[in-house]
Amino acid sequence: MNILVCICKTPDTTAKITFSDNNTKFDTTNVQWIMNPTDEWYALVRGIELKNQLGGKVTVVNVGQSDSDQIIRKALAIGADNAVRIDAEPVDSYFVASQIAAYAKAQNFDVIFTGKESIDYNSFAVGGMLAEMLDIPYISLATKLEMEGNTATIDREIEGGIEKVQVDTPFVASGQKGLAEQLIPNMRGIMMARRKPLNVVPAVDVETLSSITEYELPPARSSVKLVDADNPAELVRLLHEEAKVI
Amino acid sequence: MSVLVYIDQSNDGKLKKASFEAVSYAAKTAELMGGQEVIALAIGAADAAELSQLGAYGATKVLKVNDAAFHSFDAGAFAKIVSEAAESVGADVLVISYNSTGKALAPRVAVRLKAGIVAGAIDVPSVNDKFTVRKSVFSGKAFADYTLHSSKKVIALNPNSYGSKKSEGSAAVEDFATSVGADAVKVKVLEVSKASDSIPLPEAELVVSAGRGLKGPENWGMIEELADLLGAATACSRPVADVDWRPHHEHVGQTGLTIRPNLYIAIGISGAIQHLAGVNNSKVIVVINTDPEAPFFKAADYGIVGDAFEVVPKIIEAVKELKK
Repeated sequence: MNILVCICKTPDTTAKITFSDNNTKFDTTNVQWIMNPTDEWYALVRGIELKNQLGGKVTVVNVGQSDSDQIIRKALAIGADNAVRIDAEPVDSYFVASQIAAYAKAQNFDVIFTGKESIDYNSFAVGGMLAEMLDIPYISLATKLEMEGNTATIDREIEGGIEKVQVDTPFVASGQKGLAEQLIPNMRGIMMARRKPLNVVPAVDVETLSSITEYELPPARSSVKLVDADNPAELVRLLHEEAKVI
Repeated sequence: MSVLVYIDQSNDGKLKKASFEAVSYAAKTAELMGGQEVIALAIGAADAAELSQLGAYGATKVLKVNDAAFHSFDAGAFAKIVSEAAESVGADVLVISYNSTGKALAPRVAVRLKAGIVAGAIDVPSVNDKFTVRKSVFSGKAFADYTLHSSKKVIALNPNSYGSKKSEGSAAVEDFATSVGADAVKVKVLEVSKASDSIPLPEAELVVSAGRGLKGPENWGMIEELADLLGAATACSRPVADVDWRPHHEHVGQTGLTIRPNLYIAIGISGAIQHLAGVNNSKVIVVINTDPEAPFFKAADYGIVGDAFEVVPKIIEAVKELKK
């Protein structure tokens, strides 16, 4: 099994979000970067488990600049075999998917994993775009994935339920909770990661289809209206008569 | 010139709630763009009677592809059909609800049409000198205005962000002759299992959610009873899903679902920043917690400082009284 896992860096889940340049840029001052949680916990770990079970290798790919190297090393420490960083600052999902597709076209990957949406731009579009660019199937929101020969049986989440599907390699799958359990890198993994290959390759030219023109923080909620614990009926009345939501 | 809207349906040919909202949104977009036609495209088993309802939400015409090969969803094959229809009717703007189907479909369609995409739009486009659509970013901690530079545009609309607007009218339903064949279907659906008969959380307008404050999975009876009474979906915080007190598809927050219901009632959830990220775009937030210092109170509209085991049963009684 030749497995590719797409990873991206995102601000730490507790990061305070602020903007600069007249609300046109995300202010990265003092931001701690992490690997996007669903990329790390589900996509990467399931990729490594499949390799351990069936043989082969796991490559991680990231579109980013040298400040991504720390999350790439972490992926290698968790158990990926080698890494590729496509040297460019991500512009939008189309840009990222185009870069990964240009790299993956020549590589014959059997399974390509992404996580569920990144926790920064929340677009959840790279996996589907990549599958279209490579002209292969895409299974989104996978909660379970088993391989038998070249055929995968996958559970994918749909509204209020689960759809069980079957698909042959090669394909793209996006992973979410259920697909695997988070792995913490051990000391041996961290030491080995230093010697694993991390190739930096140049980006290809991609037309810019979208850009963010302005950011805005949500309006602060007016302060909470407290209702006495002995009189919850008052809460029900407020929700019915004042907020008009029930 | 027209706006094409993709109509999502269940495998048995019933239109999903998200489809009515998508048509309403497409109608508003078409109006903003100077009164374009709104053409709906449905792929699946839905019949003409089911589909003609879409007229009341603003569709001028409904195209249907009702071929047994396409009765279950395959993102690749469906993207080919949607793109073909968009070319055929000369649509510059496509609207696709960003539910679980749309999340697999819309990015593929955008690539086929070389269209810029707003993946998770929460408001109607602004179409003056630029075509700009707002979406939620940083897991609900901010908004961003996306400007699309391409001639074709895909708007993937977050469910529950615009609402369905019903008026009068019915739409003519025509067959769309697609050149896409059954060989385009690469994904075989083996079975579909419903989690339960309850309302799917991403579609729910009212949500009752609970966390570790409930002390154990055996105490969820009152949460479910309140949700049933209100016609609400149930949700939970991450720690509760992690220890399997509740199924993970109920987990809302930064690494779970992001929802924006009209009412979110949080019971025994402290309101960590990761949880707030998943719910802080809810219209009204109610927090019930024993700890007056719980950070959730700062994000709430209404609150009760008190023990859930005493407060919730009283709320249930009051709702029963209201519903009489």
